[in-house]
Amino acid sequence: MKRILLTFGLIISLLTPLACVRKNEGGVSDNTGPIKVGVYVDLTGATAGFGQSTKNGIELAKDEINANGGINSRQIQLITEDDQGRPEQAKTVVSKLINQDKVHAVLGEVASTNSLAAAPVAQEAKIPMITPSSTNPKVTQTGDYIFRVCFIDPFQGAVMAKFAANSLKAKTAAIFGDVNSDYSKGLTEFFEREFNRLGGQVIDKQSYAQQDRDFKAQLTAIRAKNPGVIYVPGYYGEVGIISKQARELGITVPILGGDGWDNPEIWNLGGEAMKNTFISNHYSVDDPSPSIQKFVSAYKARFSGTSPDSLAALAYDAMYILADAIRRAGTTDPTKLRDAIAQTSNFLGVTGSITINKDRDSVKPAVVLELDPAGRKFIYKETVQPEGAAAAASPAAAAASPAAATASPAMAASPAGSPASAASPGKNTNSAPGASPAPTK
Amino acid sequence: MDTFVQQLINGLTVGSIYALIALGYTMVYGILRLINFAHGDIYMVGAYAGFILAAQLGFAANPGMFGLAVTLIGSMVIAGLIGMAIERFAYRPVRKYSRMTTLITAIGMSLFLENLFVVIFSPTPRSFPQLMQNQNYTLFGNAAISKTQILIFAVSIALMVLLQWVIYRTKVGTAMRAVSFNLNSAKLMGINTDFIIAFTFALGSALAAAGGVLTAQYNPKIDPLMGIITGLKAFVAAVLGGIGNIPGAVLGGLLIGAAETFVVGYGQNIGIPSTYRDAVAFSILILVLLFRPAGLLGSTVQEKV
Repeated sequence: MKRILLTFGLIISLLTPLACVRKNEGGVSDNTGPIKVGVYVDLTGATAGFGQSTKNGIELAKDEINANGGINSRQIQLITEDDQGRPEQAKTVVSKLINQDKVHAVLGEVASTNSLAAAPVAQEAKIPMITPSSTNPKVTQTGDYIFRVCFIDPFQGAVMAKFAANSLKAKTAAIFGDVNSDYSKGLTEFFEREFNRLGGQVIDKQSYAQQDRDFKAQLTAIRAKNPGVIYVPGYYGEVGIISKQARELGITVPILGGDGWDNPEIWNLGGEAMKNTFISNHYSVDDPSPSIQKFVSAYKARFSGTSPDSLAALAYDAMYILADAIRRAGTTDPTKLRDAIAQTSNFLGVTGSITINKDRDSVKPAVVLELDPAGRKFIYKETVQPEGAAAAASPAAAAASPAAATASPAMAASPAGSPASAASPGKNTNSAPGASPAPTK
Repeated sequence: MDTFVQQLINGLTVGSIYALIALGYTMVYGILRLINFAHGDIYMVGAYAGFILAAQLGFAANPGMFGLAVTLIGSMVIAGLIGMAIERFAYRPVRKYSRMTTLITAIGMSLFLENLFVVIFSPTPRSFPQLMQNQNYTLFGNAAISKTQILIFAVSIALMVLLQWVIYRTKVGTAMRAVSFNLNSAKLMGINTDFIIAFTFALGSALAAAGGVLTAQYNPKIDPLMGIITGLKAFVAAVLGGIGNIPGAVLGGLLIGAAETFVVGYGQNIGIPSTYRDAVAFSILILVLLFRPAGLLGSTVQEKV
């Protein structure tokens, strides 16, 4: 028996893949020829839904830009790689994109753990990388070539903590996070900090690992503590099952989460159990603002009626921000392109006004959505402005920006900018959207 | 107390699935002295067979007990046939060589099945349709049990009783025991050993497929690699109970399920992270191999050279 096990162990160790990293050889033209943009996302792994949305968003933006004559009369060429949702694979494919395909810039990943694995490769080769939707703060701390167009977890975690304490009037909370995910660990930390600051108490913390299928042991432990809300900062694949099993155990309190829940698969996995659950997200697909609706209808027309989730919207924005930076730099020379991305200011994207700050992050409002399993959709609840973003969110700046920043075709129709920024000038607290997004239904 | 009872229910649910799969390991080992490492993947194949059946026959759209029963039995039949085919085309040709050859063939078969399903269905997890209306019942205090869990217990127990009946009360079962006792003598007595071995594979595979469909009702997410860890744990369960011993496999499965649930459920309060879930089973394996290699119910005299 021991011999059998030893053999088995040896075979497993032989099968472990070996990743290799090659040096950048350089020698790409920076002023003529197609602009090569490398995209790495998960198309076949546990978060494949995220990858597909991201790929769609980027492709839609690319086609719009190319149809309008490209950037400085150069066409964009996308090279998409599947990282299977695995960090080591993300690192390998980004290395391939940079060294073999000689891309000028890299877009990706969604999951922070995968972005964190690949970012050092881009940084070392000095190729700008924009992640559309990785929210963990550490991603852009990798180096000065790494950017993002979404808000970061300290804000996202705080948004849900505020919502739990102020809107749901919860006094106690339990946190149930993914122990191997940087995204989940970040949100856990920042939710707890803010919830404590608001006078609440986190009374239990449990963890799971991605690919787990049975969560009842941890949920039973949580149930024994009887918390007011349960915060589950995870990805849809696990969250759907967690909610289902929580409801089976008779847990009826609200379950809260983040943008990692935003995928239609959650309805198949969780079904009716997704009642009384809330998430923080980047934008609401039901937002009536013309720029958003224009994007939504273009996306639906292109991808057979699928409505774009926030990851698709962020990917679309990321592609436009990259295009805008290349246009302003006038070249794809990595250093100049990097500087141009860093100078992005008040860019009016679908997900709001985007300004890249000194940490190469963007400061943006978040929305809180309620899940509606019967209608299989997310219902808009409220918009939360980031602290200290008064200037960026003010209507004056927003109105002035289209001329200064960009001329993206989707934006040209709506100089007023995102409804969130128009509705609450200079407010730092929770703000019910006055003029704009009326709750849907 | 509520929590304890609840954790016990949770653990036994998981354990029942392990037990169903462990039966296949133990039966094949009992007859061929072969650890069929592809068995965990048969569990995955069964789940996918059920997934396709439910979609093709329209049970996904209108759930009900009938649809569930057809899906369950259908996937057991399909997996049984696949199990027989694997035995016929992969194991039988190498049976005459050393036992190690067959073992490595089994590992190869496992990798083949996993990657075949990755190619056919892509590694993206699928959500298995819910084939019956779920409902929760409160036992006493706060302990809840769902209809799915009751179904898992009921079907598992029914299948195990059925298996005992087949082995001890039917002619083919008698032949199985004879083959297990001594393959060559059984052949001399006129038993068609090839048929008996194929039948054993079919039986084990059908049980694993039942486990696959039942799991998918409980946790509706299936992917081509779902059989690896679950299969290994079921293997540990078979070793714990005493490999080759059928009641031992059931006992082992339930114990492993309960042990890992208790470690996850109570461990985090004393600083053991939930990722030790998988470590529990393998720690048990090491302890069993060190202190009681024959397993809890196994006997030590059967070792043949």
